[in-house]
Amino acid sequence: MIPSIHQNPLLRGIYIAYVALFFIYLAAPLLVVAAFAFNDSLFPSLPWNGFTLDWFFNPTEPRLGLFHETPILKSIGISLLVAFWVTVLAVTVGTSSAFLFEREDFPFKNVLYLLMLMPLVVPGIILGISILVLSSNVANFVEELTGYDIEPLRPGLTLVILGQFSFIATISTLVISARLKKFDITLEEAALNLGATRWSAVWTITIPYLAPAMVGAGIVAFLMSFENFNTTLMLSGSDAPLTITMFDRLKEGSTPVLNAVSLLLMLASSVLALISIMMQRERKE
Amino acid sequence: MKKRLGFYLLLAPLLLWLFGLIIVPHIDMFFLSLQEKLGPGDYQTSLANYAAFFNEPLYWNTFARTAIMSILATMITLLIAFPVSYYIAKLAQGRIRAVLFTLCLLPFWVSELVRTFGWMILLRETGVLSHLLQWTGLAGQPVEMLYNDATIMVGLVYTSMLFMVVPLVTTLDSLDNAHVEAGYDLGGNGWSVLREIVIPHAMPGIVSGSIVVFMLCLGNYLTPILLGGKSSLWFTEQIYDQFITRFNWEQGSAFGFLLLILSSAIVWTGLRLTGQNLSSTMGDGGER
Repeated sequence: MIPSIHQNPLLRGIYIAYVALFFIYLAAPLLVVAAFAFNDSLFPSLPWNGFTLDWFFNPTEPRLGLFHETPILKSIGISLLVAFWVTVLAVTVGTSSAFLFEREDFPFKNVLYLLMLMPLVVPGIILGISILVLSSNVANFVEELTGYDIEPLRPGLTLVILGQFSFIATISTLVISARLKKFDITLEEAALNLGATRWSAVWTITIPYLAPAMVGAGIVAFLMSFENFNTTLMLSGSDAPLTITMFDRLKEGSTPVLNAVSLLLMLASSVLALISIMMQRERKE
Repeated sequence: MKKRLGFYLLLAPLLLWLFGLIIVPHIDMFFLSLQEKLGPGDYQTSLANYAAFFNEPLYWNTFARTAIMSILATMITLLIAFPVSYYIAKLAQGRIRAVLFTLCLLPFWVSELVRTFGWMILLRETGVLSHLLQWTGLAGQPVEMLYNDATIMVGLVYTSMLFMVVPLVTTLDSLDNAHVEAGYDLGGNGWSVLREIVIPHAMPGIVSGSIVVFMLCLGNYLTPILLGGKSSLWFTEQIYDQFITRFNWEQGSAFGFLLLILSSAIVWTGLRLTGQNLSSTMGDGGER
């Protein structure tokens, strides 16, 4: 079953048909979501009543378009804010941890490395509830002691940001470590020999070398945060991010305005995905 | 001296992250799960919350059901993904290969919520498939395909596909074609070459893909709830229910801990059976 081995044409035909079928299966749900954003009907289902842009631009109920839906627009804003902070935190901590694991030697390094991988094998919903339990306990304890309620420790955006960061940082650490591993340390030594301080050698030589990995990790962190559901579900308060708002709407059954949001999300994430794939390709060449 | 300061500056964020957001929260959750509520503000340490799990058939049935369906979903995902991954890694050439691989990745940059929404539109009574069946004459009236176990399975398999295809393509890619040819030269047929050369070589990819897929299925909330409806009986739903609806955090923590034990046990067994470790399986993720 490799190109150089002769194969029964019938079997080969069936095989290719199977692969084609697989790609139809991959594309089908996304295509229907996109298509029904333009259906002139109150529900995202058949029959097809003709083409409309109402689900994007119409300003009145019951056909309220996306760009006039304040709750959805607001939750998009919240998601962007959360994703921004998660990205900043994850790339910063990811870079510092990458340096720690690649450059330093210290006792319990392997234990710490394994612990750092843990968030990948803990279900997101458990990360969420454990952080919720601890922060509430701390907040209750402080409140009993001093009478002061620490608002950020109650379900809300701070906890959502911390909860998402807790596992996204693992991914950014792995991505940035992988590139740091390939760095030629003699370049830094040359800078030191030429009179650079340790800090300026890292800043002018190593960090620019790491930049593509940092941007790549940033894009992944941003998308993972924007799309996260499980951890966010347990930690969000009254200001719900987009995924939570959409989930509530989906359970109730909604107008095709959700298709319009989904289409925008698909376009935005494909652009980010293509940027990141292209960057990876450049790195390899 | 200066270098030591730098070392502690690198160590501090990592320790804050791992202890503040992972280790201490889990320990705290474990202690909370050992608290039995006797009355308002009155607690005692006991295993009552765990006993409740074993005494209430609904709880452990849901638990077992979630585990079995997750294992099933992992196996189906592997069976569907393997031929496709093999095609991409070994049979497709040059540009087509890159395009196919990218096409595999793209849907998974889109939110799981959107993908599940797509399946709802396809499968609901007024949906695309139901209309298609009526139009072709295979069904006489609208068919409701949402809210049953098969639908949950379709959604789980779809959502998991990427995490199986990527490690499989990566390991199959490193298989030398000469080994396959040698297998045929020595008198093997397609089946025996697959069983004795291709699958053993792909084992690391099969294991890491299966572990990730299993974990994601076990911890999934969105797909079973939206596609399975009220009858989905998924264990994460029980956890959510205890935390948010009933406000019984002690019971919810015990459930959370049981789910964590199950998922860790399966990950550990999977790694043990194939003689791999977590660092090599997960750590490579960054190099993809």
